[in-house]
Amino acid sequence: MSSLNAKNKDAFHELASEKSGSKGPKARLRNCARPMAPGTAVGGCAFDGAKVALQPITDVAHLIHAPLACEGNSWDNRGAASSGPTLWRTSFTTDLTEIDIVMGHSERKLFKAIREIKDGYAPAAIFVYSTCVTAMIGDDIDVVCKRATDEFALPVVPVNAPGFVGSKNLGNKLAGEALLKHVIGTVEPDEPGLCDINILGEFNLSGEFWQVKPLLDKLGVRVRACIPGDARYLQVASAHRSRAAMTVCSTAFVALARKMQERWDIPFFEGSFYGISGTSEALRRIADLLVKKGADPSLLHRTEILVAEEEEKVWKRLEAYRPRLEGKRVLLNTGGVKSWSVVHALMEIGMEIVGTSVKKSTLEDRERVKQTLKEENLVFESMSPRELFSLLLERKADIMLSGGRTQYIALKAKLPWLDINQERHHAYAGYEGMVQLARQIDLAIHNPMWPQVREPAPWEQALVV
Amino acid sequence: MARVVSQTKSAAVNPLKSSQPLGAAFAFLGVDGAIPLLHGSQGCTSFALALLVRHFNEAIPLQTTAMNEAAIIVGGADRLEEAILSLKARTRPRLIGICTTASVEARDEDVAGDVENIKRKRAIELVGTEVVLANTPDFDGAIEEGWSKAVTAVIEALARPDKQYRNPRKIAILPGWNLTVADIEHLRETAVSFGLDPVILPDVSGALDGSIPEDWMPTTYGGTKLEEIRDLGATMQCIAIGEHMRRPAEALQRLTGVPYVLFRSLTGLENVDRFIRLLAAVSCKQTPLNVRRNRMQLQDAMLDGHFHMAGKKIAIASEPDQLFQFSDFFTAMGAEIAAAVTTTGTSKALEMVPAKTVKVGDLSDLESLAATADLIVTHSHGREAARRLGVPLMRVGFPMFDRFGSQHKLTILYRGTRDVIFDFANIIQANHPPNPWPT
Ligand code: SF4
Repeated sequence: MSSLNAKNKDAFHELASEKSGSKGPKARLRNCARPMAPGTAVGGCAFDGAKVALQPITDVAHLIHAPLACEGNSWDNRGAASSGPTLWRTSFTTDLTEIDIVMGHSERKLFKAIREIKDGYAPAAIFVYSTCVTAMIGDDIDVVCKRATDEFALPVVPVNAPGFVGSKNLGNKLAGEALLKHVIGTVEPDEPGLCDINILGEFNLSGEFWQVKPLLDKLGVRVRACIPGDARYLQVASAHRSRAAMTVCSTAFVALARKMQERWDIPFFEGSFYGISGTSEALRRIADLLVKKGADPSLLHRTEILVAEEEEKVWKRLEAYRPRLEGKRVLLNTGGVKSWSVVHALMEIGMEIVGTSVKKSTLEDRERVKQTLKEENLVFESMSPRELFSLLLERKADIMLSGGRTQYIALKAKLPWLDINQERHHAYAGYEGMVQLARQIDLAIHNPMWPQVREPAPWEQALVV
Repeated sequence: MARVVSQTKSAAVNPLKSSQPLGAAFAFLGVDGAIPLLHGSQGCTSFALALLVRHFNEAIPLQTTAMNEAAIIVGGADRLEEAILSLKARTRPRLIGICTTASVEARDEDVAGDVENIKRKRAIELVGTEVVLANTPDFDGAIEEGWSKAVTAVIEALARPDKQYRNPRKIAILPGWNLTVADIEHLRETAVSFGLDPVILPDVSGALDGSIPEDWMPTTYGGTKLEEIRDLGATMQCIAIGEHMRRPAEALQRLTGVPYVLFRSLTGLENVDRFIRLLAAVSCKQTPLNVRRNRMQLQDAMLDGHFHMAGKKIAIASEPDQLFQFSDFFTAMGAEIAAAVTTTGTSKALEMVPAKTVKVGDLSDLESLAATADLIVTHSHGREAARRLGVPLMRVGFPMFDRFGSQHKLTILYRGTRDVIFDFANIIQANHPPNPWPT
C-alpha cells in the first residue's frame, strides 16, 4: 500500500493547499478530510467519490475490483445523461468470492475480467477501481493495468481510491489524480481552436449541462471536454489543449484544474451555472479568459449582448413565480457542494434562507455563504436526523431542499421537499434551470395535498367537535 | 431436478446480487427499537442505506463503524466499541445488530471475541441494550444468507432456553426476506383468524410500512418486540418460510425444543392448502369463512388467468428461495421456465426449481438467456435488459426502486397468489393483446 499512501498524502496536501481562507493548512486539512466517527455518521467512501467523479465518462467500461458490496449495492443509481454511448451504465465488477481471496486469485481474475470486457464490449478504455478489500490484500492494480494496457493495446486506467482512505470528497480528488496521471495529455486533438474550453466537475445530471451548452455554442465557444458529464474518453485524453477551464462550483476537480494550469498553462476559474447572476458571471469569465489567451476580443462584446438578452427573458418568466415564492422559508441540506450557488439563486427570487449546511463545501464557499447570509447561525455542519427534524419545525421552514438521503426527514415532518442532489429528475442549470427550479419549488410548496395530510384523523377531531 | 451451473466469467456484468450485510441489516430492521450497525468502512453502509431507502421510500436507521485506514491496519475493535457506545448514548436502541463486512472479515478479525469483550467491559453502560452479531462477509452469500444469519443470531442470543410453559395458542413464524410488508400482515391476520397468536420474526410490517410516527425516531419502530423473542420458547409450533429460514428454525428448536415445519413457498394453491391445513391442525379450529372465500376467489382467478399463462416462456433471476417461489408457481399455472439465474449456488431450494438448469450469475447472463422469453421476472435492475430485448418485465424482490408500493403488494396465500396471477396476466395482455377484434 505504500504507493497508495504516497498518493493520498499528495491529495491531502492538495486539499490543504487550496487557496483562500485565513486559516492555517492544519485547520483546512481538518475541514476537508475530517474522519467519520464510528456510530454517528454515514457518508460515501473514497471509492464512491472516485466512481461518481469518473463514471459519467460514457464510452468507458468501469470495472470495480471488489467483493460484491461495493458495486452490487451501488450501481445504476445516478442520473447523469449521455448523448451517445451507454456503456458506462453497464456495471462491471470482479465480484470476488472467498475462494478468490483465500487462494490469492484476485489479480489473475482482474486481468481475465479486463480481457472479457475488452472482447465483449469494445470499450474506448477500461477504468479499474481498487476498493477496501483488494487494497488490503495487496493487489497491485497499477501493475495489472499496465500489463493489460500493453497486451491489449487499450488504455486500462488504475483508479486507486479504496473506501477506507477517506471520504467521498477525497475520492473525487483521487479520481482527478488518476486522470492526470494516466489519461489527460495522452492524445493530441485534431483541430485545436482558440475558443476551446474544459468544464470540470460538471456531471450533466438530468442532462442539465445541455441547457448551458447552447449558450456557449451561440458564442462560438467549444467545449472540448466536459469532465465527467457526457464525456468521451478521447475528449478527456486531449483536454490538455483547451485554452481555458471552468470548475463547476464543487470541490471535485479544483485540484485537477490547478495541476492542468501548472502543466499546460490552462487558466481556470471556479464558477457556477446555478442562478441567473451565477450563469452570467460564468459566461463572462469564460470569455475573459479566452480573450486573454488570444481569442478575438469581440467575444467579450458578444457575451455581454447574450447575457443581457437572456437575463431579460428569464426575469420576465420568473415574475410569475415571485409573488408565490417571495418570503417563503427554505432549509438547505445539500451535503454542501452546491450550497453557495443554490443559496444565491434562491435569494434572487426572493426566498428566505433559514439554514444551510456547508458540510462538504470548500473554505471559500463557506465564506461566500456566510457573507451572503450575513448571519452565522444559519450555517451548520452536518446534523443528525433528529436535529434536522427539529430545526425544520423550529425555523418554520416552508420547504427543505436536500438529497434523497434526508428526504424522509422533511416528509415525515409533513413538509414539502425538493431533491437537488444527484437523484433529482429536473435540470436546474443555466437560465432555463432557474425557471425550472422556481417552478418545482412552487409546485412543492403549493401542492393542495399538504393541508390534507396535516388534517387530524376523524377520531381525533371528534373530541374537538 | 435442476442442475446448478456455476459462474465461469471473471467479470460480473450488471450484478443481480445485493450484499450479505445488507440482508442482515434488513432483518435487524424487523426488530423493534433496533439499529443495524455495519462493521466496516463507511462506504458500505452508505451504499446499503441508499439502496434500502430507494426501495422502501422510507427513512432507514443504519450505522457504520467507519473503519478508516488506521483501523484497517490495526483492527477494528476500538471503532466497534466506540460505535456501540455512541449509538447507545444517543439513541438508546433496544438492540444493536452488528453485521460484519468484507473489510473486517478479510482481515480475519475475531469480531465475535471483540463483541464479547465489549459486552463484558461495558456491561453497565449497555444495560437495556442487546448487542447481537451476524458474520456476513460480502464475498460470500447475498441478501438471503445475510437475512438468515441475522435471524439465527437474534434467536441464539435472546431466546431463553429454559423449559417453560407452552401456550397452545402461540406460534412462531419465521418469514424469509422475500415476503413483503403486505405478506406479513396477511400472514398475521390469517393466523389470528384461526384464533392463534403469532410471533413473527423478523416483522418488517410495523417498521417499514410507511406509517408516520409523531416524533423523529432514530431507531426502528414496530417490529418484533425483544420480549416476544425471549419468549419464543413458549410457542407451540414454529413455521419457517423459505429454505433459508431452516437455519434459524433449527436454532430455535435446538435451544427451546419448539418443533418447526418448513414451507418452501406460500404462493400457489397447493402450498397454501398445506399451510391452511397446518393452521387448522395447530389451532384445532375450522377454517374461517374469509379464508374459504379467498380460496374460491383464487380458483376463479386460476380459471380466468391460465389462458394467458399456459405455454409462456419465463426468464427469471432472483435469490434462491424467491426463484423457487415464483418458478414453482408459474409452472403450476402452465408456464415454462426458459431461464433461471440466481445469486449463490449453495441453497437446497435450487434443486427444486422446475427448470433444466439454474445458472449462478448476473443480469447479463439473464439477458443472454432471455431473448426469446415472453416475460422477464427480476428486480428493478432488470429494466435495462428488458428494454434492450423488448421483453416485458415483472418486478419482484429487491431492490425495487422504480415502482411505488412494492411493499404493499401481496404475493402469498390465496389472496396473494390471486394478485400475482392478475399481475402476470395483465403484463402479458398489455404486451400481447389477445385476439385482435376482427375488423
Ligand atoms: S467502504 Fe470499501 S468495501 Fe465499502 S463500499 Fe467503499 S470501497 Fe467498498
